[in-house]
Amino acid sequence: MDRRNFLIGGTALGCSLAASPLVTPVAMAAGPWDNRLVVIVLRGGMDGLDALRPVGDPDYASLRPNLGQASGLSIDPFWSLHPALEPLLPLWQAGELGAVHATSTPYRGKRSHFDGQDILEAGSTDIDGVSDGWLNRMLGAVPGMTAEVAYAIGQEQMLILTGPNPRLRWSPQARLDMSPQARRLLELVLHDDPMFRNASLQAVDIADSLTEEALAAATGEDGATSMRVSPRGDHRALAQFAASRLVGDTRIASFSLNGWDTHNGQVGSLRGALGRLSETILTLKDNLGPVWGKTAVLCMTEFGRTARENGTKGTDHGTGGTMFYAGGALRGGQVLGRWPGLAEVDLLDARDLMPTSDVRAAAGSVMQGLFGLSREMIETTVFPGVDMSSAPRLTL
Amino acid sequence: MAASAFDPIIAATRFGTGLSPRIALPASVEAMLSQLAGPDVAADALPIAGFQTMRPSMTEWVAASTGARDARGTDREEDAREAFQALKRAIDDTRRRQHLQAIARAVTTEDGLRERLVVFWADHFTVKAKNQSFRHALHPFVEDAIRPHVAGSFADMVVAVTLHPAMLTYLDQSGSVGPNSPVGERSGRGLNENLARELLELHLFGVDAGYDQRDVTELAELLTGLRYDRRHGFSYSPRWAEPGAERVMRRRYSDKADLSTVTTALRDLASRPAVSRHIARKLAVHFVAEDPSPGLIDAISLAFRESGGDLLATTHALLSHPGAWTPARQKVRRPDLFIASAFRALGLQAEDVLAIDRKSYQRWIIQPMTIMGQPFQNPTGPDGWSEAPADWITPQGLAGRITWALGAPDALMGDLPDPRAFVATALGPSPAQNVVFAANAAETRADGIGVVLSSPAFQRI
Repeated sequence: MDRRNFLIGGTALGCSLAASPLVTPVAMAAGPWDNRLVVIVLRGGMDGLDALRPVGDPDYASLRPNLGQASGLSIDPFWSLHPALEPLLPLWQAGELGAVHATSTPYRGKRSHFDGQDILEAGSTDIDGVSDGWLNRMLGAVPGMTAEVAYAIGQEQMLILTGPNPRLRWSPQARLDMSPQARRLLELVLHDDPMFRNASLQAVDIADSLTEEALAAATGEDGATSMRVSPRGDHRALAQFAASRLVGDTRIASFSLNGWDTHNGQVGSLRGALGRLSETILTLKDNLGPVWGKTAVLCMTEFGRTARENGTKGTDHGTGGTMFYAGGALRGGQVLGRWPGLAEVDLLDARDLMPTSDVRAAAGSVMQGLFGLSREMIETTVFPGVDMSSAPRLTL
Repeated sequence: MAASAFDPIIAATRFGTGLSPRIALPASVEAMLSQLAGPDVAADALPIAGFQTMRPSMTEWVAASTGARDARGTDREEDAREAFQALKRAIDDTRRRQHLQAIARAVTTEDGLRERLVVFWADHFTVKAKNQSFRHALHPFVEDAIRPHVAGSFADMVVAVTLHPAMLTYLDQSGSVGPNSPVGERSGRGLNENLARELLELHLFGVDAGYDQRDVTELAELLTGLRYDRRHGFSYSPRWAEPGAERVMRRRYSDKADLSTVTTALRDLASRPAVSRHIARKLAVHFVAEDPSPGLIDAISLAFRESGGDLLATTHALLSHPGAWTPARQKVRRPDLFIASAFRALGLQAEDVLAIDRKSYQRWIIQPMTIMGQPFQNPTGPDGWSEAPADWITPQGLAGRITWALGAPDALMGDLPDPRAFVATALGPSPAQNVVFAANAAETRADGIGVVLSSPAFQRI
């Protein structure tokens, strides 16, 4: 059953309520603001130097004898986009896609995916003692939140939204169909175990609220009820599901895209990953409709990759990299950040692009612009230790 | 806290693959360990070929793929392409049969501890298939490098794992070249430090064990020369090896470019004291609790260190510690174990499991595992699957379990057991009263079975 129909039916006012001024979209919105934030975690370490190529840097070509030499999409004399981002070129030209370069989290040294992702999602300077994510802390900083406001989407645990504040998590392929009697009995056997009880209550709530359209989008055109999971289409299903929530009450959504750990044969592997990222962003835009104009999408990764290509036509774990951002609520068409150069002496540990900004400051400035969070709240609660004094301005 | 002691139900669930109407409960810790020290009965009864003998072989892959390429533009093109497609289908068939054999082992074994240890160690040394030719090579990796050593020596396991084609390929070792080696100087190719880093961070020490980027680079240099390619198989190629001696974590290894330098270094690193705590903690976390008692970790760590990494003695220390037998069930069955334990409780026989056809396999095993959060053989990275119950019992993960429990037994079995009897079969002689009530009150057998399998009493171990 569609939960919204149920709620409306329960008021005994019927369909006419949909047009009533008492239930405007704003009143239906559970969050205190109307803007939307989508954070896509790019797991594996995106090579920012190949995704957004500093072709104007005199050292770039020699560091990358096999990578990044052919057919970039020139956006200005210094920068070229990777050719797999061609579908997004119109967004760049329309000012709805931009990037921050030579940026990173505060993570340094070990270059571990797992620590790097933990620090990215925790929004902290180190991982010790942090078990909640920065999007979750942001939820806690704003009064009037309900679980529907924030969604972690997909099969993976998203630390970025984990924490004491309510949020929902769902994957577009999941189902929960059962008879009323089975449902009552399940409530009985799950009731005394808080972890199981809470998970089941949320599951029932989400499953009940999914519209037929969202189900059909997740299962394919025939609307079959089988739980089909297509690796090639997964990212589109994630984006479709995210959009289906964001046009409703949801204000924050986060999910991850994998496949960025391009140690080998990067020409092929990065093309695939960037192609999926392009499709994901376009799917969001297409499905959000007018809401795209109020939306900010941040594409964040745990670290960049080595400035030099390695022995296997790939790149190894590095430090500084690129954050792409998109959406009608942001000022795109520009590459932000101070460029440190690629000469040997300019590199971090003589191997990585030197980060010249804290990626958290860019995310913090988006939250200031979109949600009106104070600088103090960002610096103390959401991203403890971040310095917002020179944060780039991404919002319109 | 009163010392807890051996409990046959906990033995079968926390340290085994679950209760079964056909198989007796473990009698004692000693009985469990003597079975583990004895022959591998389940593998003998339900064999899975190793990497050298699996089919299609890598030689067959090379022949079919080059055949398809060479035939382009000739009149053999269509036949060669179809032959390559047929080989890819054969790989997926092999993978499905391997998976069903592995499930059947867990469903029918009297030595459930061994199956659980195999899963633990296979996760500790996670490998994934980076391309289609390796899709059916992951079970063989476990048969070759993990399974023979779960009651043997940790150092032997480390060597077997590190030299295995599946690991060399997954963590990119095969393409790593010493920059100053003959091949490196000629080609300009260089190091790939992926395997070296994960050896230190995941396989041996843990991320906070006091190594740095220099140690990673040195170990990567030491590992150069290890190679696998589909055409020539495994080799140690001195011409790829970085010249000179390497120093890893304050110890210098031989400058001789040969395989024994690599295996000696691996054995030495595996026997460093810092390894014992990492392994002890992981074992306790996997089997007992996300936050196990320090006493339990200490006991396992001590046994590991004093026995020189003898995994039988290490497992013995885990099972003999009272902290392992806490009545509180703090772990939740992972989706793969949830499915196997459900089959086991339902009384399936090996031939029932092996008879699951391609379509049912997709519908009732592969897809549900993805929804439950464990896409088959595809964890996010080399750190394997989460040990935190909260990562599995999410709204979606639990929805996947419930949907499976309500549907799969009915779809896969001719006759479902009576739910009123099944409660005790699945949960033991004194099941939770709310589950007994629910099983009795269900409208259908399928719902009754589903409610029992969905209950925390079944899912927690």
